[in-house]
Amino acid sequence: MLDISESVMQLLLALIIVGPLVGAVAALLPAPPGLRGKSPEQAVLRHGVTVTGAVLVAAIVLALGFDRDHASRMQATTDISWIAALNVRIHLGIDGISLPLLVLTALLTFLCALYSYFKQGHQPLTQRAKGPSPKAFVALILVLESGTLATFAVLDLLLFFLAFEMVLIPMYFLIARWGGSEGVPGGRRAAALKFILYTLLGSVVMLLGLLLIGLHAGTFDMVALATDNGAGLSTSVQVTAVLAIGLGLAVKTPMWPLHSWLPDAHTAAPTVGSVLLAGVLLKMGTYGFVRIVLPIAPDGMRVFAPYLAALAVAGIVYGSLACLALAKEGAGGDLKRLIAYSSVGHMGFVLLGIATMTPTGVNGALFANIAHGLITGLLFFLVGALKDRYGTADLDTLAGATGAALYGRAPRLGGLLAFAAVASLGLPGLAGFWGEMLTMFAAFDPAEGLSRPAFLTFMAVAGFGTLLTAAYLLVVVRRVCMGVPPREEEPAGPRLTDIQTYEVASWSPLVALTVIAGLWPAVLLGLTDPAVQKLLAGGKS
Amino acid sequence: MTVAADSAASLVQSVDWRAIAPPTITAAVALVVLVADLFVPARRKPLLGAIAIGGLALALLALLPLRDGGRRTFCLTTNADVCSYTADHFTLVVQALVLGGALLTVLLSLGDTKELPVGEYWFLLLASAAGAALLPASRDLATLVVALEVASLPAFALVGLRRGDRLSSEAALKFFLSSVTATAVMLLGVSFVYASTGTLHLGEIAERLYDVSGPLATLAKAGVALTLVGFAFKTAAAPFHFWVPDTYVGAPLPIAAYLSVVGKAVGFSGLVLVTVVAFPSYGTVWGPLLAVLAALTMTVGNVAALRQSASRAHGAVRLLAWSSVGQAGYLLVPIAAAGYAGERSVGSTVAYALMYAVVNLGAFAVVALVARTHRLNRLSDYQGLYARRPSAALALAFFLLCLAGLPPGIIGLFAKVTVFSAAVDAGLGWLAVVMAVNVVIALSYYLRWTAVLFRAPGTLPATEGRPESPAEDTAALSPGGAAVTAAPALTVAIALTAAAGIALSGAPQLVLRFAGVSLF
Repeated sequence: MLDISESVMQLLLALIIVGPLVGAVAALLPAPPGLRGKSPEQAVLRHGVTVTGAVLVAAIVLALGFDRDHASRMQATTDISWIAALNVRIHLGIDGISLPLLVLTALLTFLCALYSYFKQGHQPLTQRAKGPSPKAFVALILVLESGTLATFAVLDLLLFFLAFEMVLIPMYFLIARWGGSEGVPGGRRAAALKFILYTLLGSVVMLLGLLLIGLHAGTFDMVALATDNGAGLSTSVQVTAVLAIGLGLAVKTPMWPLHSWLPDAHTAAPTVGSVLLAGVLLKMGTYGFVRIVLPIAPDGMRVFAPYLAALAVAGIVYGSLACLALAKEGAGGDLKRLIAYSSVGHMGFVLLGIATMTPTGVNGALFANIAHGLITGLLFFLVGALKDRYGTADLDTLAGATGAALYGRAPRLGGLLAFAAVASLGLPGLAGFWGEMLTMFAAFDPAEGLSRPAFLTFMAVAGFGTLLTAAYLLVVVRRVCMGVPPREEEPAGPRLTDIQTYEVASWSPLVALTVIAGLWPAVLLGLTDPAVQKLLAGGKS
Repeated sequence: MTVAADSAASLVQSVDWRAIAPPTITAAVALVVLVADLFVPARRKPLLGAIAIGGLALALLALLPLRDGGRRTFCLTTNADVCSYTADHFTLVVQALVLGGALLTVLLSLGDTKELPVGEYWFLLLASAAGAALLPASRDLATLVVALEVASLPAFALVGLRRGDRLSSEAALKFFLSSVTATAVMLLGVSFVYASTGTLHLGEIAERLYDVSGPLATLAKAGVALTLVGFAFKTAAAPFHFWVPDTYVGAPLPIAAYLSVVGKAVGFSGLVLVTVVAFPSYGTVWGPLLAVLAALTMTVGNVAALRQSASRAHGAVRLLAWSSVGQAGYLLVPIAAAGYAGERSVGSTVAYALMYAVVNLGAFAVVALVARTHRLNRLSDYQGLYARRPSAALALAFFLLCLAGLPPGIIGLFAKVTVFSAAVDAGLGWLAVVMAVNVVIALSYYLRWTAVLFRAPGTLPATEGRPESPAEDTAALSPGGAAVTAAPALTVAIALTAAAGIALSGAPQLVLRFAGVSLF
């Protein structure tokens, strides 16, 4: 839309990745005079808002300057040699697949920073505020942002691995130090350790696959490898590589049955950590499938696609059943844990779309990716707000015998929660619908060489999964939002404040985007489709 | 008369003094320190430390004119291609590592030498460093064994130097016995190889091993295996690693650091020389053998490190000791890969060793700093280090993450990538998977230590088992408060290693350039 010269675009992309790192270092240094604010805490949180805000602005300008007519072409590319010995190049660039994810990451991180800043201003003396200093918190969030943004922007396999690893340490500390131990077996430290060990094991195995590809093809450059479309790699190499890389990405995504780190990590993580974990970190796994596995080793992928699809639909059903069990009265289910399991289900749809290996399926997967980031991000924000108000996210405690009656006690909060829930279950007209619809549509007609009957079965199972999803989300809405509000005279539970202004500020972009993406899916699909077509065709079209 | 002179000249080898300068300078300075110790009055003893630093710095500078590589000396007068001393790129890199490591060890020791006999200490350290610097250059088995012994013998004395300390003497004895056994086994192997090939020069052995036949072939095979076993002892590869933890704990802390870096470098350069240069034709024998040793070593080291409890006395050193065993396993991987894919893989070992030297010495420097106030040096003593000494805590966290191989320790990550890459390239998929699992195990204990640094002081549950008396723990605080003052040398050592680690993380090419190229 905007006509920005290529060199400015390059600078913007470099700024988006390096900016948060510089900001993280700056956060650890004492604030310069004039920027001290009311207190050191306030100053450093404001610093976080400034840096993430600047990155968001840069990302939006980048998106405006992006040439939408050539969405399949890599734009804003930089290509510098870094480590000649390993043939690692700093190769950056964005196309229609990475741009939406880049903007989503910048947006969610900014909203998280904003939320933390205002929240600190509203309740400066909670016991959490006396804990670890917000300095490290802001620094970790910024490193996390840099790592995720880099994952979506790098075009070199080893740099991808580096970016993939970069998020582990910040997320570990966010969970281990700012998290809560309630409802987590072993406490938050155990949950954090589980998260990092699982993902590290996955990513080291993924490294082996990446090295196998790089050493056999003679290059680590993703664009060159995607253009070859696996031509230079024998089928056995491709199969081994896809197995190794797929395992690593599947842990991250997470795919059933490798998901078991996720519920604990989500339950223990602080609100902001959950939002970023669900909204952004999980996308790194699916993005890797689309960017690396599909175009670089298509023959290997074809071998594993039915298994991937089978595990994906198993995940859909498993996630929904787990949620139903948690939502039941007396099950002692934690709302954060429930949303974590629902993520397993939603990511199942994404994986199913990828496994079909068709443009429709991959487009649907990418759409579902973004939709999940928006909706689940919003859900985690809302549940975090509930947890702050009630002091617990335990569904039974919240709902009591009759229901938490949010509609009566905090109508706007209740309404928003209901909105997020129906968006999550895939109501047409909201963002959640298109991704699921497209992936199931693609499963109806999978790519050549894949067994159609098998995929028809998968489609049917996934369809059944959507029913289950609707069921548990409606149960949650009924138990949390509906019910008999306590009468004035009996002081049942703490008084509930409805949504505050700062909460509106940090949540409304997510609501607006959910509606826009639902009503006008072409905004996203127009970006991703050309790039997907090109990736699947091996860069020929 | 002239005839006699001619024949004498033909017997005398010409010596390229510039090529042998680095080990020679180190040895000469060692003697200077020993003699000067007799004449320097007690209050001027710090001068000796300055001489040691100057000597090592000079030896490092002497490497600069050699950096083109390819110098050789002590060649046979009958065949100028067969030399005993070669200053090729491999030699120069390992010499730089050894001398730099020794220099940092001196910096670590400056504060500690008050309790030790200073003159002997510097002499032994420099003598050992001279042997370690000679070793990578030696190209015949006799020089190799002599260099190895010159490097090891002073080390026994250094380990046992804390007079009257039972732990120290026991550690020295353990180290001595295991090392002597290793030497005996290795000498047996060397003599077998000599018997079957008739030469001691590595290059010639490589050629003649191809032609060994009949009963001699068995002898040669046994010789190769025994020589390797000897070096496996020296590198503390499993199952020959049992001496490591007790020796490290009993030794003065800087000596533990020295053994973990320079001692390892000695073992590895020797191993590389005999495998890749002397026995390349037996790659099918030592390749699988070393691969199994590597897998065993890393697993044993990492699992043992994982089981260290936070409240055990000297837990920090013990953990670093076990982690050094684990790291030795990673270092063995590319050498094993060289048995399948050729000598180029060895460069990954060199690159990894350089990274490991920098960050491990850095970690030991921080441990030495903490040991000044917490004599027991338990892992729980590191709790809240960030609150007390933020920069030391950040540095230690960085070093530990480098050892674990996770960003922000980018150099650690890429050093591991080169090792993985060597394994995958050689088709050692199973070894790469074993190593992947080990990387995860290792992360959990490095991370546990890192997390402790940032935890608020005093929230860890009370120490298990025998309660340590607080008086013992803070004993170092009392005598005149001398021990509590900031240690400038330690600070310099931490700053140097941290700066090197960060510089390498920004430009990993600086060390990784050795990976995947032929260094010989």
